Amino acid sequence: MWYHKPLINEELLQSLPNLKIVASSGVGIDHLDLNLLSSYGVKVSNTPFVVSTDTADLGMALMLASSRRLVEGYQIAVSPDTKYFPADWLGTEVSGATLGIVGMGTIGYKVAERAKAFEMKILYHNRNQRNKEEESAVGAIYCKKIDDLLQQSDFVLLSVNLTPQTQKLMGKRELELMKPTATLINISRGLVVDQDALVEALQNKVIKAAALDVTYPEPLPRDHPLLKLKNVIITPHIGSATKKTRRLMMENMIESIQMGLKGLPIPNEVL
Amino acid sequence: VSKKIQAIYLWWHKPVIDQELLQSLPNLKVIANSGAGMDHLDLELVASFGVKMANAPHAVSSSTADTGMALLLASARRLVEGYHIAISSDMEYCEADFLGVEVTGATLGIIGMGSIGYKIALRAKAFAMNILYHNRTQRKEQEEQAVSATYCKKIDNLLQQADFVMVVVSLTPQTHKLIGKRELELMKPTATLINISRGAVVDQEALVTALQTGVIRAAALDVTYPEPLPRDHALLKLKNVIITPHLGSKTDKATYMITEEAVENILAALKGLPMPSEVLPS
Repeated sequence: MWYHKPLINEELLQSLPNLKIVASSGVGIDHLDLNLLSSYGVKVSNTPFVVSTDTADLGMALMLASSRRLVEGYQIAVSPDTKYFPADWLGTEVSGATLGIVGMGTIGYKVAERAKAFEMKILYHNRNQRNKEEESAVGAIYCKKIDDLLQQSDFVLLSVNLTPQTQKLMGKRELELMKPTATLINISRGLVVDQDALVEALQNKVIKAAALDVTYPEPLPRDHPLLKLKNVIITPHIGSATKKTRRLMMENMIESIQMGLKGLPIPNEVL
Repeated sequence: VSKKIQAIYLWWHKPVIDQELLQSLPNLKVIANSGAGMDHLDLELVASFGVKMANAPHAVSSSTADTGMALLLASARRLVEGYHIAISSDMEYCEADFLGVEVTGATLGIIGMGSIGYKIALRAKAFAMNILYHNRTQRKEQEEQAVSATYCKKIDNLLQQADFVMVVVSLTPQTHKLIGKRELELMKPTATLINISRGAVVDQEALVTALQTGVIRAAALDVTYPEPLPRDHALLKLKNVIITPHLGSKTDKATYMITEEAVENILAALKGLPMPSEVLPS
């Protein structure tokens, strides 16, 4: 299964009586009805760990590109109308700023490791607190209440998985708790953010900017306001899009399929 | 008025400091530059008028290092291309085709390991990058170990092994066109060149050829010669090039710190005290 295709529904499952396993690319499984698949005796696997570093790297790339206005800068640099570079054109500093990580799983933790090298102050919010060694290795401070994280962060990075609990985790209330100078970075799933509330927040300068690798849907309709806002960077869900990682994902998926067909324990099985 | 002027704070190379200006300001004591690079100043000429000079080396290092990393990541993951695809009115790309190259675990070659180069190494280490560096002099062992950097006495060794080549030298007669046809051909065809130093450090014509013929994979340039480039320049049209308008240290925080450093130097010079970052002609 690649990029959520084909669509797995009752009809498809009934038409494939000998289907043993669905191997899904990537770590997210929000697009699969696990109960339905289970009821047909079909096993499911994903590729959880191999995507982590690339996705963390992209999170950092988006944070840096947004804060330093890289895309805008590029447009100035190549525009046929540019005669000189404006002297009063500034971005905001990443080094030494405060990063709030919402969702400190494998990917979130790798973001923290990278951000630490930029001397960023790191706050995190997670279902569970990480242990002391893990926290001190990256200098991360736990925020039991997401509000505390939102109020203090210059950058808020979302790296949760999509579940019924995390759907619209970032809504009007949460955006209004953020600093007006803060930037939202989303590398999780589009549905974790209330997109309409985000558009409003960006238009009314409730927050400064957003950088999104994921939206709902993907791609957005071509007339969507997010595509027109100058303070928004959108990338086409390229979190794990490198040659090496894609190859590893495929290898993982093949391994899972082969084991599944032999009736052996399946690596990366999702239960 | 010209008799009253004792100090000049140079903002983005203006005003131009030439013989005429120096002669018209008899009481000028000090010129403080907004930034680290001093290649736009004739150090000997200024010194001959008994005028002291200072740069702002510390304020720029973190923000310029951040720019280097931003360009490295943006180029590797094709961020600008991806953005244009994401917002384009005819988005009909096949996701499986759009791939970038990995940053984590790749080899970064830093040419010029001064304060900015070293801060880049600190950041790159967190991405588990393998770090090589080339510098006029080798750094101390503890400094090397802190960032797990390997010294390449010969620049060729660095060029042949690096997936990303980051140029962070100051512009001097020795570093002019440091990266030319020969150096580009030594690089891997899958490698990316990132320049955050000065445009003149790279032979731009040779770079255009190298990018057009696949000698190297891509380039990301915060600096060019001149700035901005003429609007019909080949570099502006290449898909595998990211150019930014000399963002290096253009952040609110750095601008504030640069000005603070400049003022400190000016006050010290006017009081006849040692200057924190005086620059002498070599």
